[in-house]
Amino acid sequence: MVPLSWYMVLGAVVFAIGVFGFLSRKNIIIVFMSIELMLNAVNINLISMSHYIQDLRGQILAFFVIAVAAAEAAIGLAIVIALFRNKATAHVDEVKEMQG
Amino acid sequence: MIQQAFFAYFAFVITILSLLIVTRKNPVHSVMWMLLLFFHIAGMYLFLNAEFMAAIQVIVYAGGILVLFLFAVLLVNIREELQIGKYIGAAPTSFTFAVGLFVVIVMSLRSFVAAPPGIYSIELIKQETHTKALGKLLYTEFLYPFEVASLILLVAIIGAIVLAKRRLKS
Repeated sequence: MVPLSWYMVLGAVVFAIGVFGFLSRKNIIIVFMSIELMLNAVNINLISMSHYIQDLRGQILAFFVIAVAAAEAAIGLAIVIALFRNKATAHVDEVKEMQG
Repeated sequence: MIQQAFFAYFAFVITILSLLIVTRKNPVHSVMWMLLLFFHIAGMYLFLNAEFMAAIQVIVYAGGILVLFLFAVLLVNIREELQIGKYIGAAPTSFTFAVGLFVVIVMSLRSFVAAPPGIYSIELIKQETHTKALGKLLYTEFLYPFEVASLILLVAIIGAIVLAKRRLKS
């Protein structure tokens, strides 16, 4: 039997890699892929916990996370297309209208 | 023993693929590694007796979201992308932040206490089948959140069309 903490450490590893990619990459599409990576890390945690404490509610929560991830990908890529139409760039460091 | 070996394989491959996704220069390669990653995560869900979630993972992520990403990658000029650097200036800071976050999460795992076991034991799920048990819970106890999720998807459809359409000439 694999202990639950192994799954949680795996989720933490994937989440940290996603945070690194989100904060450091220049290409906005890979930034979005890092968000998907973080959501997947959360799903691994939720489903492993729901298996180990024998309660299906964690999997229901993961189901909703997947639905929201699909919505977020559609909206995010529409924003990428709108950005590309207005600025002709896909790099986050070239977008500085808000002085950020 | 064989369970630990399976877990070790999946954990190793998932970690390596995640690193490959955030470090590749070519976005098309990142999308392809991500496809492999989603299949491995689906395999891990099967290993956790969650067949329905594995199917959803493959259908929604690999079939839907990754196709959207591939369409968006077509916008990027790959030849230009391969010549410039892939990280912004704050990359060392974000690496330190990610490592610190990982350490904090792992430290906090030591004080984790699992909840008392619920009623959905493996025997019950095997007797009732996983999809049926999940559907019963989803359409009784979680009916209201389920309807809200459908509303979120409707908002996403309308929002994506409004954001991505060309402005009409007036």
